[in-house]
Amino acid sequence: MRLLNLLKIATKAIVLNKTRTLLTMLGIIIGVASVIAMLAIGEGSKESIRTTISAMGSNMITIRPGADDRGPARGSGGDVQTLTLDDYEVIKEEATTLSYITPVVNGGGQVINGSNNWPTTIYGVNPDYLNIKVVDLQSGSMFTDAEVKSASKVALIGQTVVDNVFPDGQEPVGQMIRFDNIPFKVIGVLEEKGENTFGQDQDDVVIAPYTTVQKRILAIDYLNQVMASAVSEDDAPEAVTQVTEILRSQHKLLDSEDDDFTVRSMEELISTFSSTSEMLTILLVAVASISLLIGGIGIMNIMYVSVKERTKEIGLRMAVGGKGSDILLQFLIEAILISITGGLLGVLLGLGATVFIEKFLNWPTSVALYSIVISFAVCAVTGIFFGWYPARKASALDPITALRYE
Amino acid sequence: MSKEIIKIEDLKREFTMGTETVHALRGISFSIKEGEFVTIMGSSGSGKSTMLNILGCLDQPTSGLYKIDGVSVKDLNRNQLATIRNEKIGFIFQSYNLLARTSAIENVELPLLYNSKVTSEERRKRAIKALEMVGLGDRLHHTPSQLSGGQQQRVAIARSLVNNPVMILADEATGNLDTRTSYEIMSLFQELNKKGITITFVTHEPDIATFSSRTVVLKDGAIMQDYLNHNVQSAAAELAKLPKQDD
Repeated sequence: MRLLNLLKIATKAIVLNKTRTLLTMLGIIIGVASVIAMLAIGEGSKESIRTTISAMGSNMITIRPGADDRGPARGSGGDVQTLTLDDYEVIKEEATTLSYITPVVNGGGQVINGSNNWPTTIYGVNPDYLNIKVVDLQSGSMFTDAEVKSASKVALIGQTVVDNVFPDGQEPVGQMIRFDNIPFKVIGVLEEKGENTFGQDQDDVVIAPYTTVQKRILAIDYLNQVMASAVSEDDAPEAVTQVTEILRSQHKLLDSEDDDFTVRSMEELISTFSSTSEMLTILLVAVASISLLIGGIGIMNIMYVSVKERTKEIGLRMAVGGKGSDILLQFLIEAILISITGGLLGVLLGLGATVFIEKFLNWPTSVALYSIVISFAVCAVTGIFFGWYPARKASALDPITALRYE
Repeated sequence: MSKEIIKIEDLKREFTMGTETVHALRGISFSIKEGEFVTIMGSSGSGKSTMLNILGCLDQPTSGLYKIDGVSVKDLNRNQLATIRNEKIGFIFQSYNLLARTSAIENVELPLLYNSKVTSEERRKRAIKALEMVGLGDRLHHTPSQLSGGQQQRVAIARSLVNNPVMILADEATGNLDTRTSYEIMSLFQELNKKGITITFVTHEPDIATFSSRTVVLKDGAIMQDYLNHNVQSAAAELAKLPKQDD
């Protein structure tokens, strides 16, 4: 009952001073709105990185020959010939956390179709490749295990290759092309994927059975890498450990020896990128928090002035029976109401700004519920914290002095 | 014999100003009975304001006894004093002290907002009744800026009545009003007094005293005179004697 009455009194005081209240709120509104917008931008870019990487296969695991060469004077992974088909067979046999696995050999060369030619990269893989990289086919079909076994001269090509060697809009499937003078029959076209996060054109590829590429083009018997995909994203770290163990025993490495191969999951890549964007988010939020703090100080200023200005009113309230605690609560409630209303308006403005950023600046955003909850809570706490001092001052006034105050 | 609302015995109030002690009240004794209309007179510096503050439970005596409606005020803390003010005293000020931009009815409700025993319906009902008593039943929703000085003071009087106090304490309540309006207000006070409401009126204007039933004159912190007025003037009659205004 008493609180309800005080709430009524405080609301009345706020409504009577609309302009002043709104000006007071401005700081809080801008503070909350910027915290929400900044967090939305931060979350948005984090999410967009995650989506891009997921599109490349977020549970993808790559195994490359050679140590994680961060030391000086080591050969690049591609030159090392320690990853073999046997390794692939063993991993395929023993790893329980993997759902797909393919050997990968790759090399550069020229694709030729009649008078058109285009420099590109050929990847020798098995049919699992499509599942690992999460690629679909635009047309045609994937080669079969039998075609891998027989080292058939069949190939799938990416959109960039299609554009360059079939410029007349011919249907590529069924046509013959040559890669480094070896004729291939085009049996499918890969779905267009565009550039990846690192600016690499993912459509500038030719895919063929690894046996064919190994024997007929590169003339090697080792592998450039092995690609696999973990059963699920969560299993990826487990899969990395498992593959490492299998390969260490397969390569008969002693405990004292370093790995002569590198196993990586996309998950690591994601977390690297996420932590970068998280840093950025923290920075943005720190700046936004300062404006929230300044908004709080604004409330304190106005409440302080308001107490001075309403000294006589406070005296009257005390004379007709308002206790010190009533006055304290009234001003505290006013401060809290101002900051909560400001907070609400700030949330709306923040959401509006987020939509604007997304629509007109094409910046990926994602409003996290926690950002609303946090900024709102900070706001309420700010109200109490900064409202306390002026309220305390009001309640400590001597009614006689206050009544006579002019 | 009617009940004693106010009982004061050997009341002293001293202020310390630096090293000097100022004796604002030097041992005052008197009592006010239910239904009395007392004016407390005195020039400035007589201790009138100090007396008013103590009577209104805004201040406490240095020594001596002050009982209002049987409650000794001396040992009460700030909160208990606030409760006494809320339940037993109705204040009226020279400058009305109404809340600006707030309707008459809300101004009158104010004291009841600090009394959590009163429900909001009862609060509204009592406020309307009080405003009707002062003749403003048709101005419930006017704000102070829409009311004349006399009407504003009537709102203030309604506010002082709304908590059914044992005593109304007026501080120069007609000080800001012209003669005509102050007679109107005095006539309202007399009417209220006839209904049995105890009124203590602090003033320095001698003609106000002629409307009350008793006058206490203070000088230098002591009572100089305390006399019953056997020939109470009717403010309504005085009002009729004033030259007519063309309105």
